[in-house]
Amino acid sequence: MGLLNFFARRKHRLPMRLPTGTFTINRLGAITASTLPRSFPLPCAREIAETVLKTFAEARESRLPLVDLTVNYPGLRITARDLGGGAIIFLLPRTMGQN
Amino acid sequence: MAEVERPEKPAPKILLVDDDREFLRVYRELLLKENSQSEVRTAETGQRALALLEAETFDVLICDLKMAKVDGFQVLAIVRRKFPQLRTMVLTGLADEQFRARAYAIGVDLFLQKPTTPEETQLFLECIEALLGASTATGFRGLQSKSLVDIIQLECLSLSSSVLRVRQGVQEGRVWFSNGDIIDAVTADLTGVLAFQRILEWKNGSFEVLPPEPERERKIFSAYHTLLLETAHVLDESNAPAGLLSGADAVHAEALRKASLAELARTQGVEFILATSEADPVESWGVENAEKVAEWTRRTVGRFQKLGESLELGEAGHVNASTNQRRVILAGCGDRTICLGLQKTLAPEQLRQTVNNLLLKWAS
Repeated sequence: MGLLNFFARRKHRLPMRLPTGTFTINRLGAITASTLPRSFPLPCAREIAETVLKTFAEARESRLPLVDLTVNYPGLRITARDLGGGAIIFLLPRTMGQN
Repeated sequence: MAEVERPEKPAPKILLVDDDREFLRVYRELLLKENSQSEVRTAETGQRALALLEAETFDVLICDLKMAKVDGFQVLAIVRRKFPQLRTMVLTGLADEQFRARAYAIGVDLFLQKPTTPEETQLFLECIEALLGASTATGFRGLQSKSLVDIIQLECLSLSSSVLRVRQGVQEGRVWFSNGDIIDAVTADLTGVLAFQRILEWKNGSFEVLPPEPERERKIFSAYHTLLLETAHVLDESNAPAGLLSGADAVHAEALRKASLAELARTQGVEFILATSEADPVESWGVENAEKVAEWTRRTVGRFQKLGESLELGEAGHVNASTNQRRVILAGCGDRTICLGLQKTLAPEQLRQTVNNLLLKWAS
């Protein structure tokens, strides 16, 4: 018989509502400005930032310097623009019927 | 007793063509230093090179591609027809697979990038030495070390109009190309598709590209990649009793895969295409540094999948990105990840349709 472990926690607790907002990061991945709601955990934003920065950096190394990128998840669209090493990242929840 | 006087072997003559005067000076000195016996002439334009070739006999032509008025491809196309014995080398700063394929389709002996290191310079000099040696050797003059499928693909991809003469022993066959389409083939008493299939059965021989015959009646109507696939099936059924592919068949299958990729790359708006997976070699068309781009493609798609899992966002869709020049799409397709380079001018709906069509075709 298994026991429920009430103390086990996820790495990040996700908000019920997906965030709408924009944040900018510098080339070190530090968030310098944000319009994200307080309910959206900072570690989640940092994880997104790190993923985006690595993608831009490796693209440059592959001689394919990107100016922007968009990734669609079932419920969230992440759009990022390169800012000379840093980036500005837009998070937008997707509604049904959106491409 | 009078000594028999042997005729002295004439000094090898090299013609170096490039619109960069400084490059001509440096490479002329380099070639003379390496082989003081040789005579090196230079030309700054395609017209001047053709005039020199008309006036004198040369052994090797080294030609740049990017030149004003008459570019390297035009010079080489004329040289291939008018001076078939002349050994030709492309020496260019343009690192592009399509240029390489086009140059080999014209019939150049070697395609090299301009050396940037002492090792590359040494390689260049060794290649010249080999070409000078080869120009005095006897034997068939053709497109060496390439399979027949390679040659046919090169002709098709470079949209050539030509006749490919293939010889194997006493057998001879001809394949007619018109603007990159295979329009007819003949060997012995066979014509059309049957002749083409018979010619492709030959595993070795010599090739020669002859001038086009525009009046040739069309007897083959399939697209070249379809024709190659059908022929491969026929050959497999007739030749492969065992379940395993022989070395030649494996090479053939690889060539057909490349043909499929190249065919996809011909879709309107496509600038490059690359398919990669952890296990298989990278397949690409029009990508300068395929291995690096492949690695980036795999990592990026993996990274966004991981982000989706970590934040419980679900499965990531395509990664739509852009550079200053083009759109770049990364998408999973079966066990492979595809990286597409598309023209930036495509409208969003056009872009979506093009990507979907390409992925469907690739999956099929």
